[in-house]
Amino acid sequence: MAAIEILGLEKTYKVGFWRKRGRLALRPLHLRVERGEVFGFLGPNGAGKTTTLKLLMGLVFPTGGTARILGKDINDVEIKAKIGFLPEQPYFYDYLTAKELLEYYAQLSGVDVKSCARKIDAMLERVGLKDSARVQLRKFSKGMLQRVGLAQAILHDPEVVFLDEPMSGLDPMGRREVRDLMEELRQQGKTVFFSTHILSDAEALCDRVAIIHEGVLRGVGHVAELTSAVAGKVEMIWNGNGVPAGLAALGAECHVIGDTIRAVVPEAQQEAVLDVLRRERLRLVSLMPVRSSLEDYYLQKLNATAQEAGGAG
Amino acid sequence: MSRVVHIATNTFREAVRDRVLYNLIAYAVLLSGAAILVGQISIEIERLIVVNLGLTAVSLFGVVIAIFIGIGLVSKEIEKRTLYTVLSRPVRRWEFLVGKFLGLTGTLVVNTFFMAIGVFLALLYVSHGFQSSDGWILVALYFIVLQFLILCSLALLFSSFSSPLLSAVFTFALFVIGSFAEDLRGFAGMSRGLSRWLATAAAYLVPNFSALNVIGQVAHGQPIAGQLIAYNTAYALAYSVMVIAGAVLIFERRNLK
Amino acid sequence: MSGSRKVTAVASVVLLTSLAASVFLLRRLDQVHPSATLEEVLYFNSPKWVKRLSLGYDGLLADIYWTRAVQYFGGKHRAGATDYKLLYPLLEITTALDPKLIVAYQFGANFLAPKAPEGAGMPDKAITLVNYGIQNNPNEWKLYYELGFIYYMDLKDYRKAADAFDRGTKAPNAHPFLRLLAAQMAEHAGEIQTARMLWQATYVSSQDKHIRANATTHLAALQVDEDITELEKIVAAYRERTGKPPSSYTQLIATGMLRGVPVDPDGNPYRLMGDGRIELRNPENFPFVAKGLPPGYKPGPPKFR
Repeated sequence: MAAIEILGLEKTYKVGFWRKRGRLALRPLHLRVERGEVFGFLGPNGAGKTTTLKLLMGLVFPTGGTARILGKDINDVEIKAKIGFLPEQPYFYDYLTAKELLEYYAQLSGVDVKSCARKIDAMLERVGLKDSARVQLRKFSKGMLQRVGLAQAILHDPEVVFLDEPMSGLDPMGRREVRDLMEELRQQGKTVFFSTHILSDAEALCDRVAIIHEGVLRGVGHVAELTSAVAGKVEMIWNGNGVPAGLAALGAECHVIGDTIRAVVPEAQQEAVLDVLRRERLRLVSLMPVRSSLEDYYLQKLNATAQEAGGAG
Repeated sequence: MSRVVHIATNTFREAVRDRVLYNLIAYAVLLSGAAILVGQISIEIERLIVVNLGLTAVSLFGVVIAIFIGIGLVSKEIEKRTLYTVLSRPVRRWEFLVGKFLGLTGTLVVNTFFMAIGVFLALLYVSHGFQSSDGWILVALYFIVLQFLILCSLALLFSSFSSPLLSAVFTFALFVIGSFAEDLRGFAGMSRGLSRWLATAAAYLVPNFSALNVIGQVAHGQPIAGQLIAYNTAYALAYSVMVIAGAVLIFERRNLK
Repeated sequence: MSGSRKVTAVASVVLLTSLAASVFLLRRLDQVHPSATLEEVLYFNSPKWVKRLSLGYDGLLADIYWTRAVQYFGGKHRAGATDYKLLYPLLEITTALDPKLIVAYQFGANFLAPKAPEGAGMPDKAITLVNYGIQNNPNEWKLYYELGFIYYMDLKDYRKAADAFDRGTKAPNAHPFLRLLAAQMAEHAGEIQTARMLWQATYVSSQDKHIRANATTHLAALQVDEDITELEKIVAAYRERTGKPPSSYTQLIATGMLRGVPVDPDGNPYRLMGDGRIELRNPENFPFVAKGLPPGYKPGPPKFR
C-alpha cells in the first residue's frame, strides 16, 4: 500500500464576477509516494504546490480526480488521525501558550489524555521550545512559530507528514534544525511529503522529487538519478599563471581566479589536457566529473515549459 | 462528540482572553449609577426603571457581543489560517461549526449570569427587599438567553460565507427586523398580491424577537404564561437548529483559499 | 465522498424539518402572545415620550403603530368584541408621530366615535383627534368632513355638523358633496336621505377597507329600513282595503300594489309574517338595521359585509 496516491487530481477555480472564467490551478496530477520516502514537491511560486496540499488535506475540493492516503480516500475523516500537516507561513491562536496549543491539538487528534502531558513536554523539548512552553504565542518569533507548527504536525505520531514550505522564513540555524528533524522522521520510517522552492534542501533530504510548473507535473524521479546525468565533461583545477596554449583548441573552457585556473574539458580530451599540464609542469589540484545539479534539471524542465508556451503561442 | 466540546471550550477561552468579559465592568457602572440616581425619585417607579434598564442593557450588551464575536467565528479562522491545522485533524467541519457556536453561546450565558446578579443586587438596593413577582425576572433573562441563541446562530451562518463587515450588517439588520417581526406580519396581512407573498415569507423567516421580549411585562410584575415559555423555548431551538443546519450546508463544500 | 454526502443529507433534512417546526411554533406563539404585545405596545402611553424615543424615525414608527391600531381593531372586531379601549391611545400615538397620516383620523372618526359594540364609544376623543388633524392639515377637506360626520351621527349636533361641512367647502379641491351636506343639515337633518348621503360620502372619501366596509354595511341597513318602511305602508293599505293582513305576496301582486317579490340587498325575499309584519330572512347579515328584526332579537356584535 502506497503512502500517497494521487489519481488525476485537478482543480480549476472559477473566477470573475459571474464565475464564468476558469483559472487552472492544477492539471490532472498523477503521483505516487511510497511509505518511508521523503518526497520533495518542487516548483516556483504559484505553480500549484500549495493547491495540491490543500486538495490532499480536504481544505479545497477537486474539480476532478481522487487521491488516497494509506489506502483510504482523502475524504475519509478517520485518516486524518494518521497524518500531520504544517501549512505555509502558519499562524496559530495567539492567545494560547505553546503548551496549551499542543494540548488543544492533541485533544482534537484523539490523543489519549493520560499520555498527553508527557508527549507534549517531550515534543516541545524536541523542537527546542521547552523554555517557551508557557509563553503566549503572540510573543513568538517566526522561527519559533514554525517550530510549534512542526510540533503540532508530528505530535500525534502520524505516519505521513505533509509540510508546505517548512523552511520559509527561517535563518540558517533554524533551517538546519528543521532538516535534522525531517531526517529524524525519515529514520523513524515516516513518510514526508514537503513542498519547497529551495533546491539545495530538496537535494539534501529527498529520496525522490517531483517538479511542478504552472499547474502541470514536469518531471518525477530519484534525486540520485536526476543528478547523475554526467554532462560528458570533466572539471580540472590547477594553480598557475595564465592559461597554457593549446587548451582552447582541445575544447577547454577556462576561468582564471587569481592564481587558480578552473577548466571544464570534454571527457574525450581528458588525457590530452593532462599531457599539456604535465608538459607545463602545472600541478593539478582537483579532477572531477561534472554532475548536473538538481538546479540544472529543474531549470531545464522550466525552460521546456517556456519553450512549449512560446512554440504554442 | 468530545471534539465539539473541546472546540467550544477553546472558543470560550478565546473570548475571555480577548477581554470580552470586561464589558461587565461597563454594565456594573451603568447599573449602579442608575440605581443610585433612581433611589432619589418616588417609590413607585424605581423598581420599574431598574428592571427595565437592567434587562434592556443585558439584552443590548449581549447583542453587541454576539455580533462582534460571532461575525469572526469562522471568517477569522479562515483569514488567519488557524483553521487549516484544525481541519487536518479528524475534525468534521460540522463539528467545528457547532463547537464554535456553543462556545460563543456559553460565553454569553456566563456573561448574562453575572449581569443577572447585578440586576438583583440593584433591585435589592432600591427596593430594600425582593417581592415574589421578582421571580419572573428570571424568565425574562431566560428569554434573553434564547434571543442570544438565535443571534449567535445567525452570526455563525453569515460568518461561514461572508466577510465580517457584511456579516455584522446582516445580523444586525435581522435583529432589528426580528424585533418588529409581528408588525411585519401585520404589514403582510394588509398588502396584496406578490408583495403579500413576499412579506409573509419574510415574516416567517425572520426571527421573532418580539415574542421573546417580556421586559415590559416583568417590570410591572406581571406573570408569564407557561405556554409562552414552552413555545418560545421550542421556537428558539427550532430556529437556531435551522440556521446552524444552513451554515453546515454552506460550509461543508466551501473551498478554503 | 460518502462522509460529506451524509452530512449534507442530514443537514438538509434537519434544515427543512426545523423550518417547518419554527413556522408552526410561530403560529402558536401568535395565539399565545397577541394581547401581551399590545400591553407592551402601550407601555409608552405618552405620545410625547414615544416621539422622543423614536430617534427621528417618526415616519416608520407611525406606520408601525398604525398597523397595530388596524390589527387591534380588526382582530377585536372579528372576535366580536364590545370594547376597544386601546384604540384611542394607539391612534393618538400614531398621529403624534405622523400628524399628516389622514387615514388615521378617518379611522378614528369612524370607529372611535360610535357607541359600543360598533366602536369605542368615545365621540369626544374622536373630536379631539380630528381637531388635532385639522390643526396640522388645515387644507385637508376630508378632515372637515369627518368632523361634521361625528357631530351629525354620534352627537346629533346638527348645527355644529353644518358648520364643519361649511368650513370644509373652503378647503382647496373640496368635494362638491360638502356643500350639499351643509345645505342638507338645515332642512333634512335626521332623515334617512341625509344618512344615506353621508355614508356614500364616507365611502368615497376613504380608501381604507375597514371604513368602506363599514359604510357599505350602513348603506345596506338604510336600504333595508327604507324598503321595510315602504312595505309596511303597502301592507297597511291592503289591510285597510280588505280588512285583514295579506297572507302572501301573491295577493299583493294580484292587487297591483306590488310589482314583484321584494328582496333585501342580499337578494333574499323579505318575510311576510302572519300578522302583517315584515322581517328579514337573515337579520344577522344586517347590522345597524332599525326595522325587520324578529321580536326579542338581540343583535350580536356587528360584522362588516
